[in-house]
Amino acid sequence: MYTLTGLKMKNSTILAAGILGTTGASLCRVALEGGADAVVTKSIGSIPKKGHSNPTIVQLEGGFLNAMGLPNPSYPGFLQELKIAKKYSGVPVIASIFGGTVVEFIEVAEGLLPGKPDAFELNVSCPHSERYGAAVGSNPCLVEAITAAVKDIVNVPVWVKLTPNVSDITCIGTAAESGGADAVVAINTLKGMAIDIESGYPILGNRSGGLSGKAVKPIAVKCIYDLYTTLKIPVIGVGGVSCWQDAVEMMMAGAAAVQVGSAVYERIDIFYEINKGIKAFLQRKSYSDIKELIGLSHEMV
Amino acid sequence: MLPLNATILQITEESPFVRTFFFDLNFETMEPGQFVMVWVRGVDEVPMGLSRINSITVLKVGETTSKLFELKEGDSFGLRGPLGRGFSLPSKNEKILIIAGGVGAAPLSPYAEAAYAAGSEVHTILGARSADELIFEKRFLNVGKVYISTDDGSKGTKGFVTDVLKELDFLVYDKILICGKELMMVSVFRLIKDRKVLKKTEFSLQRYFKCGIGICGSCCIDRSGFRVCKEGPVFSGAQLLDSEFGSYDRDASGRRVKI
Repeated sequence: MYTLTGLKMKNSTILAAGILGTTGASLCRVALEGGADAVVTKSIGSIPKKGHSNPTIVQLEGGFLNAMGLPNPSYPGFLQELKIAKKYSGVPVIASIFGGTVVEFIEVAEGLLPGKPDAFELNVSCPHSERYGAAVGSNPCLVEAITAAVKDIVNVPVWVKLTPNVSDITCIGTAAESGGADAVVAINTLKGMAIDIESGYPILGNRSGGLSGKAVKPIAVKCIYDLYTTLKIPVIGVGGVSCWQDAVEMMMAGAAAVQVGSAVYERIDIFYEINKGIKAFLQRKSYSDIKELIGLSHEMV
Repeated sequence: MLPLNATILQITEESPFVRTFFFDLNFETMEPGQFVMVWVRGVDEVPMGLSRINSITVLKVGETTSKLFELKEGDSFGLRGPLGRGFSLPSKNEKILIIAGGVGAAPLSPYAEAAYAAGSEVHTILGARSADELIFEKRFLNVGKVYISTDDGSKGTKGFVTDVLKELDFLVYDKILICGKELMMVSVFRLIKDRKVLKKTEFSLQRYFKCGIGICGSCCIDRSGFRVCKEGPVFSGAQLLDSEFGSYDRDASGRRVKI
């Protein structure tokens, strides 16, 4: 058993926000068939949003470029899905929420409370939605105020997901910690763009978007490493994890747990695979506890 | 995969609202029933079943398909694919029943041809609102027996594909493959009913797609959580028991919408 910000999990591999998280049924599938130890929902807002026009995700050599545009059925529409996930997934369900203002964040968090999420993850980091996400999350004062406001009205842990599209991520992480966050999640996607040279059109419907997948992993590792140095609260690592080696690397940088996103593209059961790989690694290296890995590289000087 | 550039070589009018676009790419690995994401640049990207290794057959229904219909031979669009899981391939001496409604004939016509080439016996129930909206009748006739139904009775049986199906002994078929509007498919599903027979059936589902490659989760169906773009779009009838099939789907925001 593994405890993360008070949540009890079998291991420490979590489904990242925005992946197979629109329906209760798909969240359950990722937990039951995929082996995720906790699941984070699609980011939910105050009004239904269709998101950007397609193409919304394209696969590049080193990862995926996406601009979904925060499509979601709004908190009234999502409550029934959250309840299904809570009832049948058998794992902690973390509600990802977004808003443009403190008031909006409070409205959505309160609106989802009847669904009894095990924690909230504040999306202050989506890079391709005007007014939301990184527009909020690159301002440390706003991040602190939003975190404090949500903490005030909920009695479950609050995680804050950070954007790497800032000059110093530790500054935003510190703001979240000062606001009372129970953990930070790093990193969201990196701003990116791809152009179709046959026509000259940017490929994404939104023209530009955020990069995830293998290519962003070294950036995530560095962000986690720096946040681990600066913060007292746990850092949850995310960004380009697609095998157990990646997860171990993130933990050594300082991640207390790891989220997996676009890698479910190839196989839903990647969570089982990663946990199995970590377990074998711990045995081979004679570690008695996974916690020995967390921040290990900081001691290697 | 980035969208490939597909240049339109030829456009064929199949019916007043349906056109086939032949392009300069050949998807040699295509399994009938697989789809491509068709990117009409500057507009949107939508899923379409392949009607041949080098063609899509499109019903004009909305903004994107209307823009597609404005394109001429020599113009181009983007294509990602082939994607998803198609119909299970036929083997020799099997008896196959195809049930196609309207433009649902598009992904099933290459199947009929592949089944014939593999040595199976192919029967088709082809339905449409009226005679001039029947799609690919010739292609199905070339490879086996065809039963026709039209809503207005302008050709074949007056009524729906189920009116023809009721009169057939469908227990003799090894595979029954269905593609068309969901209301049509679900009436076939309910007529067949028996779990043992449903195991032999395969339905091609249509849902709102965003990524098309199994990441975003917009097209997941209840209660299994299967991704229509990845584990589908073709599902066996047995997989659809106790599912949302025939009762609701979801819009772009993820809200449930009654069918």
